[in-house]
Amino acid sequence: MKILVPVKRVIDYNVKIRVNSEGTAVEKNNVKMSMNPFDEIAVEEAVRMKESGLAEEVIIASIGDKGSQETIRTAFAMGGDRGIHIVNELNTEPLAVAKILKNIVEKESADLVIMGKQAIDDDSNQTGQMLAALLSWPQATFASKLELNDNDLKVIREIDGGLETLNVKLPCIVTTDLRLNEPRYASLPNIMKAKKKEIIEIPIAETGVDFTSRLEVLKVEEPAARSGGRKVEDVDELIDVLKNEAGVI
Amino acid sequence: MSILVIAESNGTEVDRGTLSAITAAKKIGNEINLLILEETEEVINKAQKIKGVSKIFTASGDLEGGLAENIAPLILECAKDASHVFSSAGTFGKNIMPRVSALNDSQQISDICEIVDSDTFVRPIYAGNALETVKSSDKVKFITVRSTAFEAANDEEGNAEIVTGPVAGTNGKSSFVRRDLSESDRPELTAAKIVVSGGRGIGSADNFSILGAAVGASRAAVDAGYVPNDYQVGQTGKVVAPELYIAIGISGAIQHLAGMKDSKTIVAINKDEDAPIFQIADYGLVGDLFEIIPELSDKIK
Repeated sequence: MKILVPVKRVIDYNVKIRVNSEGTAVEKNNVKMSMNPFDEIAVEEAVRMKESGLAEEVIIASIGDKGSQETIRTAFAMGGDRGIHIVNELNTEPLAVAKILKNIVEKESADLVIMGKQAIDDDSNQTGQMLAALLSWPQATFASKLELNDNDLKVIREIDGGLETLNVKLPCIVTTDLRLNEPRYASLPNIMKAKKKEIIEIPIAETGVDFTSRLEVLKVEEPAARSGGRKVEDVDELIDVLKNEAGVI
Repeated sequence: MSILVIAESNGTEVDRGTLSAITAAKKIGNEINLLILEETEEVINKAQKIKGVSKIFTASGDLEGGLAENIAPLILECAKDASHVFSSAGTFGKNIMPRVSALNDSQQISDICEIVDSDTFVRPIYAGNALETVKSSDKVKFITVRSTAFEAANDEEGNAEIVTGPVAGTNGKSSFVRRDLSESDRPELTAAKIVVSGGRGIGSADNFSILGAAVGASRAAVDAGYVPNDYQVGQTGKVVAPELYIAIGISGAIQHLAGMKDSKTIVAINKDEDAPIFQIADYGLVGDLFEIIPELSDKIK
């Protein structure tokens, strides 16, 4: 079985982001970039499947600028086998990403795609579901537990109000939620080995996919800042202000 | 042109998130149709009275578990004359809407918090640390709505027409097994007027059951196993905007703030006086939560 894991390079989740002075985008220059945390969970899950003999190969794909290769290598250091880098200097929208991934899935004959439920930059939460639609594959989103028996995948999903269990047949798409696993730290020997693994580079224009943006970004702004109020001395004062000042109890 | 809203219900009433999506839809057009999937007579009767709804499509066939594979084609069929398709941005809408949107070759717009005009929407990015205004060039727009950003549509004066909708097929590739919902007699988190949330320092869920409020939690408290995952407030959990939000033993990580910073009044109780949560709280109280909480619950009764 071949598993495809798409990964996205995003601003590190610990960075406090800043909108650029033109108000057109979030500033990415001189900012620490990392693999999208949900994608790390996806890589970890795929590598665990390979380690337990359920999968033969874990292919890593990324769409983005040159820096994306560093992200692919991070996935290699965790246990990914080889990489595909679709080069696009500009932002690629989820629908176009899904179309490109569909081509990769078909070319590579992947049986399972495990990917993050959302990227923490645009917070769209769309690509996995869109890819499933385009391939006419079943989808198991927001997964917190996977159990594979032959071609049947039992998935526990995180939903509003609790958990849901689904059975999906391979080939299928899984999107990861936070509690699926805890991604490993790559060991130094594995980081060294990752440098030698192969990445194929394909310019986005050569994918045959129409990647024109459907959404024009008119502006990006910071939300109205919430200013801190004040400290109160004790419980009595707290109850008093909540009753008489805020009027909320 | 009409607007289709995908309704969710608990079997007795239409969800608050759906009512917010209807309010959002009303800002764009006058002809709003509702698709009700897991229908009961009670839900349909209530939905019929929602002000501003023209038609209600009922559905039949394999609707069990609301599987995206079975329901996405059915939504598209109901959306034939629609310019916009809306759903709430809960896990149901997040799961199903991109599948529908891709089948229609449209680029979905997720989690909108403001409508500028029928093509232009504002949505949070980077966990709400920035707002993006986007203009869509797609013919049909598929949209999920952040429910805290729109009032719930009232349900008093409407008189919608009931239309028998399409039949969902069985896809044969996925099947629903079961749903394990956390049971609670407390108010639902996203609809509650008062939310009390605890962090890792809280020790157990019992320690923040004050005010008869809904209980939320930070990611750390969920990961520590004090409360189930669906209590989590934050970027990857629920987004809440109650009248009063009390954060107990929560330091105020960016990811948590993203889920509660639109609350009307925020109270922070923390023993660390430099905790970042105090920078956004209206009222802060520094001290030991194990002394403060019993005193607060006692005096507030």
